[in-house]
Amino acid sequence: MASPLLAMTGIVKEYPGVRALDRVDFDLYAGEVHCLVGENGAGKSTLMKILGGAVQMDGGTIAIDGRKTVIGSPVDAQRLGIGVIYQDFRLVDELSVAENIVLGQEPEGYGFLTVLDRKAEHKRAQEVLALLGESLDTRMPAGMLSAAKRQIVEIAKALSRNVRILVMDEPSASLSDHELNNLFAIIRRLKSEGVGVVYISHRLEEIFSIGDRVTVLRDGSRVETGAVQRMDRRTLIRLMVGRELEQEFPREDFAPGGEILRVDHLNAGMLKDISLSVKEGEIFGIAGLVGAGRSELAHVLFGAGVRDSGSVLLKGEIFDPRSPGEAIEAGCGLLTEDRNRYGLILQMNVRENVTLSNLRELVRGLVIDRRSERTTAERFARQLKIKAPSVEVSVETLSGGNRQKVILARWLFTQSKLLIFDEPTAGIDVGAKREIYMLMNDLVRRGIGVIMISSDLSELLGMCNRIAVMCDGRITGILKREEATQEAILSLATQFAEAEDHAG
Amino acid sequence: MPAERSTLSRILSDYGIGAAFVLELALFSVLSPHFATVDNLLNVTLQTSITAIIAVGMTFVILTAGIDLSVGSLVALSGVLTTVVLRADLPVPLAYGAGLGAGLLLGALSGAVAGILVTRFRITPFIVTLALMTIWRGTAFVITEGRPVWELPEGFSEIARGRVFFIPIPTLIMIVVFALAHFVLTRTKFGRYVYAVGGNSEAARLAGIRIDRVLVQVYMLSGLLSALSGILLASRVDSGQPNAGLMYELDVIAAVVVGGTSLFGGRGTVIGTLIGSLLIGVLRNGLNLMNVESYVQQVVVGVVILLAVMMDRLRKR
Repeated sequence: MASPLLAMTGIVKEYPGVRALDRVDFDLYAGEVHCLVGENGAGKSTLMKILGGAVQMDGGTIAIDGRKTVIGSPVDAQRLGIGVIYQDFRLVDELSVAENIVLGQEPEGYGFLTVLDRKAEHKRAQEVLALLGESLDTRMPAGMLSAAKRQIVEIAKALSRNVRILVMDEPSASLSDHELNNLFAIIRRLKSEGVGVVYISHRLEEIFSIGDRVTVLRDGSRVETGAVQRMDRRTLIRLMVGRELEQEFPREDFAPGGEILRVDHLNAGMLKDISLSVKEGEIFGIAGLVGAGRSELAHVLFGAGVRDSGSVLLKGEIFDPRSPGEAIEAGCGLLTEDRNRYGLILQMNVRENVTLSNLRELVRGLVIDRRSERTTAERFARQLKIKAPSVEVSVETLSGGNRQKVILARWLFTQSKLLIFDEPTAGIDVGAKREIYMLMNDLVRRGIGVIMISSDLSELLGMCNRIAVMCDGRITGILKREEATQEAILSLATQFAEAEDHAG
Repeated sequence: MPAERSTLSRILSDYGIGAAFVLELALFSVLSPHFATVDNLLNVTLQTSITAIIAVGMTFVILTAGIDLSVGSLVALSGVLTTVVLRADLPVPLAYGAGLGAGLLLGALSGAVAGILVTRFRITPFIVTLALMTIWRGTAFVITEGRPVWELPEGFSEIARGRVFFIPIPTLIMIVVFALAHFVLTRTKFGRYVYAVGGNSEAARLAGIRIDRVLVQVYMLSGLLSALSGILLASRVDSGQPNAGLMYELDVIAAVVVGGTSLFGGRGTVIGTLIGSLLIGVLRNGLNLMNVESYVQQVVVGVVILLAVMMDRLRKR
């Protein structure tokens, strides 16, 4: 084999008190997709930040095309043909697609007096997009694009810089299956052009569909590198967590009980004629492409959107909240898709985040009773096994899984009867995912209604008793566990031809 | 993964502004023999009290990631309104009740208007309060035809000039306002909601908090405290001055920011604001005692504000 495009050898990175990377080796060949997996904190992001020049290593060497090199800054990385696409895209919303693609590559000209040739910019942008087999209106502001399209712009941006090494950090986080397939097609095209791709993902099935080789990191060390073909899901999980994980989806069967939520002919904005019911003893899944209206449905149920018509009953009582406050009062809780933006107050500590929605329980006279607030928070932290040194630490110091638990604790404290989980395990690692699933089982056991919205079909299939599939604002089918398969869900999710154009 | 904080930044973050304040006190004690006397220090608190009381309301507003530029104009208009009502020939207790009541009510109403414009009409606080600033200033001039309101009932000036034991009444009021505000922010539901709304308003809304109500209340508080200060100032100069409180909004914002409250909301304390106010007050007083020319003083105050905020940046590293 020829010398690798990239060889990182013995990479060490120390942070005060932790060795984030301990003599890690990682290499990448031209035309290969090398997946990087590991739990949160395993060191994947740190390794890629070193490659992207955002962070400096404390030991080890990096060679490109067999020549040792130093990546001192993101500019160095760019010059060496390394492109990193971060999870939170780095596009300027106000600038057009074309302007974003050429940003930073404007001709030198006369310094700030340089007149930009817009026509040439659009032409260049369209050329690059054509390489990806995409056609986008390059005049559209980037902020108006869907997540999937923004990602394509990011890839185009990297390509226009003649990238040879492309790093994609959790590219699928906000993509529907259909969009993901499109992304894979683009990646295959890049491969055939000789680009080396580093692909980071928590979703293992993606690794099996797109990866050539996979490297597993655990606690800052490389555990294994090997051909994807020679791995299976179970092995990968074992390597990542460092122990045998009994069962990825710990589904339990409960006796079906009474109806918790009943929605009849609900219309609201894009949502059309939604009818469903959630019973005691089940986890009710909602599948669909991004933009199908799943989150909108959650928001409307939670009083954060306006209803046009239809009726909703919660435990037999009319449930028509005009605000999230009223929904909470009636016993509904929403675990939002983006925990950090819509769930937590990051400046606050665990205690304050847990009690936020039910402070009146804790108020004595005019004052919040500090002692009972603390014991309340500690009780839930114990119950949900929130890993934190104390409830007084900032939620910013917690991992994704523990942050999710903090919000769950909030809704347990308000004594919710119905909990809606919107993408509950996005960005959460395998071990912590399982814990979230077990907590869902606990909730069901306690008679709480659980709705799970997810883009991860395997978790829906693995955990739900029934799955409603949405497409273009409607429910196109509700599948029982026995009927639910990937294919059945996907065909319902793309039932309306026009839905694909609206998706995203 | 954040690097562990350096010792320096930890000291700055835990004691930063307090340490700077103590240093300042020590410095002026050495530089001027007239500084560290009971009379002078009480005088500083008296002089600082007017803006410090406003700064309490401003702290609440800034904690919600807002701003209130109308405070200086409210000082003038509430002073004018109170003194105009006082001059109407009402029997004494009623005159005071009506005068003070009118001033305070104006403040609260102005805040309510600001709050409603910000929440219902989604206009940014900067623009809303900028407009109110010129509206109230103009109104104060219109009412008085540009002339001060003199010849007030005897005793009105006693409010600001009187003392309880040896402590000036405005100083006492300032202490009470700060103590109450500290209590409200740290111990009550309302205080918690203020931090939540400022920290992440969308998350706060989805947690069931009625953020519109919190915001309106916060602007009302700011208006009310500005009016209280306006009345105290009118009492101190024994007249209603339409040009009173000019540029106070900037002094007050400076005190709040020097006190460590983030302009992005969600972080800050009124204790910090108290120290920030006193730090600037002591600076002015000390420079006066050392006979530093007033033009030079402005430069020094500006530099100190920058230094304080730079320290704040450092500690967030």
